[in-house]
Amino acid sequence: MFSRREFLMAATATSALLGSGMAGSWSRLMAQQALSEDQLLEMAPKGQLTLVHITDIHAQLKPIYFREPSINLGIGDVKGKPPHVTGAVFLKLYNIEAGSPDAYALTSEDYVALAKTYGKMGGMDRVATIVKRIRADRGADNVLLLDGGDTWQGSYTANQTLGQDMVTIMNALQPDAMTGHWEFTYGTDRVQELIEGLPFAFLGSNIYDNEWDEPAFESWKMFERGGAKVAVIGQAFPYTPIANPRWMIPGWSFGIREEDIAAHVEEARSEGAELVVLLSHNGFDVDRKLASRVDGIDVILTGHTHDALPEPVIVNDTLVIASGSNGKFVSRLDLDIQDGKLAGYSYRLIPVFSDVITPDAEMAALIDDVRAPYESDLSRVLGKTEDLLYRRGNFNGTFDDLICQALIEERDAQIALSPGFRWGTTLLPGQEITFEDLHNACAMTYPAAYRSTMSGKMLKDIMEDVGDNLFNKDPYYQQGGDMVRVGGMGYTIDPNKEIGERISDMTLLATGETIDPAKDYVVAGWASVNEDTEGPAIWDVVENHITKNPVVKLPDNQSVKLAG
Amino acid sequence: MTITRRQLFGLTAGAATVLAFNPKMSFAAADETDAAIKAFTGGAEPAAGTVSLDTPEIAENGNTVPVGVSVDSPMTADSFVESVLILADGNPSPAVATFHFTAMSGVAEAKTRIRLAKTQNVIAVAKMNDGSTYIDRKEVKVTIGGCGG
Repeated sequence: MFSRREFLMAATATSALLGSGMAGSWSRLMAQQALSEDQLLEMAPKGQLTLVHITDIHAQLKPIYFREPSINLGIGDVKGKPPHVTGAVFLKLYNIEAGSPDAYALTSEDYVALAKTYGKMGGMDRVATIVKRIRADRGADNVLLLDGGDTWQGSYTANQTLGQDMVTIMNALQPDAMTGHWEFTYGTDRVQELIEGLPFAFLGSNIYDNEWDEPAFESWKMFERGGAKVAVIGQAFPYTPIANPRWMIPGWSFGIREEDIAAHVEEARSEGAELVVLLSHNGFDVDRKLASRVDGIDVILTGHTHDALPEPVIVNDTLVIASGSNGKFVSRLDLDIQDGKLAGYSYRLIPVFSDVITPDAEMAALIDDVRAPYESDLSRVLGKTEDLLYRRGNFNGTFDDLICQALIEERDAQIALSPGFRWGTTLLPGQEITFEDLHNACAMTYPAAYRSTMSGKMLKDIMEDVGDNLFNKDPYYQQGGDMVRVGGMGYTIDPNKEIGERISDMTLLATGETIDPAKDYVVAGWASVNEDTEGPAIWDVVENHITKNPVVKLPDNQSVKLAG
Repeated sequence: MTITRRQLFGLTAGAATVLAFNPKMSFAAADETDAAIKAFTGGAEPAAGTVSLDTPEIAENGNTVPVGVSVDSPMTADSFVESVLILADGNPSPAVATFHFTAMSGVAEAKTRIRLAKTQNVIAVAKMNDGSTYIDRKEVKVTIGGCGG
């Protein structure tokens, strides 16, 4: 592997010789030579079966940039524990060399320089190559491919086709089961229609019919792989009707329902399961707690919080596997079953370097196919960014700064609120912003950008409420998003305090005045979970703003201060 | 203006915030809760265990929160659950329901849906035929919601 210094030296040398424009492509060529597909995918096989996990693809069919967070705080017992480690601390914890491909894939350290060196990641055609190769290496009958959900939402084409493009692509990839979260934002009828057409299981042990209070989905399924009986229990995102519009799925109730999982584990064991897997969209901390409380789960394939960890976290003899997001990683977990139980494992979090892994030709053609009707829209250039645009981080991200700026200016508001979603791709300084890039940051089924007045007290209540969704000391009360992004208003947050006491010093940035609980402020925002929210779609608001201001350059955001 | 303030309140914060910041009312409810438990147990301090509540950690809809209660009891003529009191300590009036059982009930289980004005504890107190009492307490969070993902 190259050290960062070698890369920089090479880049400098070439730019001196060939002009600065060539530096990037030359060093990328080196990266491609240094990294090979074999190197990325080779793994000494272990045991008789393999689980392949991919999750939170968010409809990203093509390679993308995705910057991992630089701030991801853990609260209470999980403070400083993975995944609540970032940057240099993460590198040290996992013994990863700064500037290496793994450092680029897993952290935000030197992100822009490394992104230019190592290129985009993901792409479902590359993912297909990896899956096919694992199936070929291990034997298709010995492999289970499991999709953790948040697959059908997150792009313009997914939104336009109401998830069909992703269903087409995933059907070609042939997973054995999936669970869901954002899938449900297409509404009851559409979700049912899509699920009925799936050639594999959609599992959701924790989804209940509201009327009869009985399970609404298949809870778990037994598979035979590598001669072993493998039970897969599905767990959808427990707070779907709270974090997303309940009115779109009025007949379904969710929740963590750990006693149901425990019952399924018991049921599966009594039916001879030698391995029990929880395919989960709980989020990492929820799954860590669940693993400590529910015995008998061998593997939790976790999702939702978009964490990528190079090693399993082991809790109560359960391997908790976090496979990242946006198609950036594929997890391969080889398992050795002896005498009816798990005796050993070998794990590899495979980073999908798009310039290194050969696209699968069939999948590439299928992707082109589903995108073809929209290609002219997708490639339309709206502007250019001089700054790095990204979203992930507990408190703010530059893409949300841009969205908040657009909301304030286009909707003539004092304060803007943008939800703390964890999906949304990254753009490097100097990149053009295409229509597709914009929609990657906001494609969803409830995009109305509202304009309203809120009292200072209500603003405080909202901030406290969202803060508690993120920083409640009990993971079972967390919802797995980041803090709501705020434009036009600054505040101080102490994550370790209790609800009602975390937020202070709320200040209207335009005037420097303190937010008055009794006074009304004009607030613009988007993605309200309330039915009948009115306003233009957020992507129109931001597109108008970029069209008027085609070169994006954002002031450094210092509006959130961390206390405690 | 695209959504009115009233709509926003009605659909998100609901009555929750109004009550949440009225300390006088909260204290009154807490006192009333303690008094109701004492009246039910005859002044005794109920023990933990035996009775268990099944509630969501976070309510999907504060206006109709599913609450289940079950008591571990053989339900025979010699040993059975007489009644279970359900309280919500943050509601304007904490009393929710009292379920009555006999040995003929077979099992001591009940389910209902209750309204919760804000984040608070739901409490179940079970009284056995020998006069012993048991308590379980679960916090149910009622959120404004809307920013997960």
